[in-house]
Amino acid sequence: MTAPVLALRNVTKSFGPIEILHGVNFDLRPGEVHALIGENGAGKSTTMKILSGYLDATTGTVELDGQLARFANSDAAEAAGIVMIHQEFNLAEHLSVEQNVFLGREIRRGLLLDHKTMQKRTAELLARLDCRVSPTARVSTISVPDKQMVEIAKALSRKVRVLIMDEPTAVLTESETEVLFEQINRLRVEGCAILYTSHKLGEVKRIADRVTVLRDGSVVASGPIDEFTEDTMATAMVGRELSDLFPPKRRGGGEVVLEAADIHVPGHVSHASLTLRRGEILGIGGLIGAGRTELVEAIAGLRPRTGRVTLFGKELPAASVAEATRRGLVYLTEDRKGAGLLLEKGMRENLTLPMLSAFGRPLISRRKEEEALTRAIQDFQIRAGGRGIAVGNMSGGNQQKLLLAKTMLPDPQIVIIDEPTRGIDIGTKQQIYDLIHRLASEGRSIIVISSEMPELIGLADRVLVMHAGRVSGEVSGEDVNERAIVRLAMGLGEGSKETAA
Amino acid sequence: MSTATTDSPKSAGWSIDLRVLGPILALLALVALGMFLNPNFLSYANITNVLARSAFIGIVAVGMTFVITAGGLDLSVGSMAAFIAGLMILVMNALIPVMGAGVGIILVGMLVAIVAGLIAGAINGLLVAKIGIEAFIVTLGTMGIYRSLVTWLADGGTLSLDFAMREIYRPVYYGGIMGISWPIIVFAVIAILGEIVMRHTAFGRHCAAIGSNETVARYSSVNVARVRTLTFIGLGLLVGIAVIMYVPRLGSASASTGVLWELEAIAAVIIGGTMLKGGFGRIWGTVVGVLILSLIGNILNLTDMVSPYLNGAIQGVIIILAVVLQRKRSNSR
Repeated sequence: MTAPVLALRNVTKSFGPIEILHGVNFDLRPGEVHALIGENGAGKSTTMKILSGYLDATTGTVELDGQLARFANSDAAEAAGIVMIHQEFNLAEHLSVEQNVFLGREIRRGLLLDHKTMQKRTAELLARLDCRVSPTARVSTISVPDKQMVEIAKALSRKVRVLIMDEPTAVLTESETEVLFEQINRLRVEGCAILYTSHKLGEVKRIADRVTVLRDGSVVASGPIDEFTEDTMATAMVGRELSDLFPPKRRGGGEVVLEAADIHVPGHVSHASLTLRRGEILGIGGLIGAGRTELVEAIAGLRPRTGRVTLFGKELPAASVAEATRRGLVYLTEDRKGAGLLLEKGMRENLTLPMLSAFGRPLISRRKEEEALTRAIQDFQIRAGGRGIAVGNMSGGNQQKLLLAKTMLPDPQIVIIDEPTRGIDIGTKQQIYDLIHRLASEGRSIIVISSEMPELIGLADRVLVMHAGRVSGEVSGEDVNERAIVRLAMGLGEGSKETAA
Repeated sequence: MSTATTDSPKSAGWSIDLRVLGPILALLALVALGMFLNPNFLSYANITNVLARSAFIGIVAVGMTFVITAGGLDLSVGSMAAFIAGLMILVMNALIPVMGAGVGIILVGMLVAIVAGLIAGAINGLLVAKIGIEAFIVTLGTMGIYRSLVTWLADGGTLSLDFAMREIYRPVYYGGIMGISWPIIVFAVIAILGEIVMRHTAFGRHCAAIGSNETVARYSSVNVARVRTLTFIGLGLLVGIAVIMYVPRLGSASASTGVLWELEAIAAVIIGGTMLKGGFGRIWGTVVGVLILSLIGNILNLTDMVSPYLNGAIQGVIIILAVVLQRKRSNSR
């Protein structure tokens, strides 16, 4: 067995008070494809970023060729031959393919750029990848898989010893994946070490030599691929005990309050339907990019859609947030900082923004606003330094509670919560779970979207699972378990075990 | 860094934000300088003169504050003013044979100015908010269009209001109550209304929310397109009102009417502490900004230490200084 080229020794990583990685050990050997798998939020991205110099470990060390390595930044790591290809591409959209491949390392002849050589080299690299885009094409005009190929060409153009790929096949078709695998195989033969993450366990089984499974920031399993099956990998990923983090489940059995039929969101969702009953907590599961957020945003009037949404027996017109809010349906966004809160403003301005007309017309009553804020701080247990503090300076948990308070201000009957606990510590999580239950027991109906399996299972009476823009199945009661949800989310049928993803 | 606590430890919670006081201190410093340089500076005649001349830019700048706070910009206001002035004069002159010179024609002229302002603002607003073209581009375009239209209407020369009409219309600029001329009164009323709308109504709050983060505003069921459009329509209306005050002053309009108004208005807004990228605006700051800009010109005219031709240079320095101060706040966060 060859010595590892790149390794992590007892690495922990904390963001503020929250520890994300707990003592991770990890080896990457020359000439192997090492798959790193785990649920969203398990710490895969953090691990990869530490390996590739984007982040520093809080404690523990990174070793390169057995020597302690400390990369000042990703450029230093790249100089050492460690290249990471991000899920969101790092390409300058308005430059040509060739300009991107040689960006920052342009070949010169005297003072001027040597376009001819760079174009020739780019063409050679792309030919190796079976990619037919022209080196002079503008990146903004080429397809997403082609951009992936350009990223790989960019990595190949330098002396790469370690290639780190963050879900490279998420955007590729099957045949494009084949081309990528050929490339990975060739790099492996050339002695390059490849770290590879994917949610597609079938692919992992095919391409990887070794697998490491991360769960909640710790390595829970690691070994040669032969020791794993798709099912054991899935079990290792999600197999954690459900603690008493969640209040006891309750059955919602009231009348149907929301019905969405044949919803179509161009490019994201097709033929999706759902029903929601009074007092029920409905979960929506699936991988990131499966169209969950797009589906509920369309229902809440935030995206154009076709199809029919019936709210309390009456049709809800498309693309009108204000109308949905008025009729008792609200949506709490997953993008707290980008779409949920005004970070530069205080709590008061944020809390009352959706409902300003309720605080006096034409002039807003500052007193009523302050009263509402006092109530929200109490009801939602918001702990901020002071009432006037800019929301951007509050902790994630308190921001989330404020966002909940803001969303609940119109006293809605139907609440759609997208990733209720993203980036939040465990204590606050529990408070939010209790709150969701309280809302349901008051007779409100809740839809929870979550990428965290235990959250879905712990909260929901019924879980709808989406895969590639479609509702791939529904589980309820006893059948709400991790295996069933993961299988549906991966696009595996409920019954057939042998189908590859 | 941005705040200085007062000396007494007991009032430690009492902090002074230089960003709040900065424009006021600058204004006070200018007044002191003016008094020091020329004893006539504080005379009734000089003060009313400065205020009356500030009124046009001031009225426009109040509207501009809303546009900028909501994340927009309007470069067309100067040309728009010239075009509306030309249109107003043409309509009034044309009506003399029909209605005879009198107050009626002036009322019609005022109506024309207001309607034209509303329409011009609505065109800018709809192109920006509904069609989704950047405000800079849209208003750069309409700026050229209105400037060219007024030149064409005047056939390259000057459009003059009929002499009989001028005599009737004159008091709107030169008259007033209790020694305060109309432009000053109108400016004051609009500034106070603007401050109330900005601070105490849903519309003002929505403007700040949109400028701060448009997506958050949209997700909070704010009708972003409607609020955006309304800021431009409001600005157009105020340009119309400013023109109503402006036409009786000279009684004419030409291709050079209202040149650089847009820049002076934007400069006043920025000096007053409103953020150019949107998200935060204050009307009283804009008023202070307008006064600072006109006082600089006035002081240069009253003394011969610095050539008045350097007015623009000094204003430029003040604008850049104001923005540098604004930036320090975001860095220290």
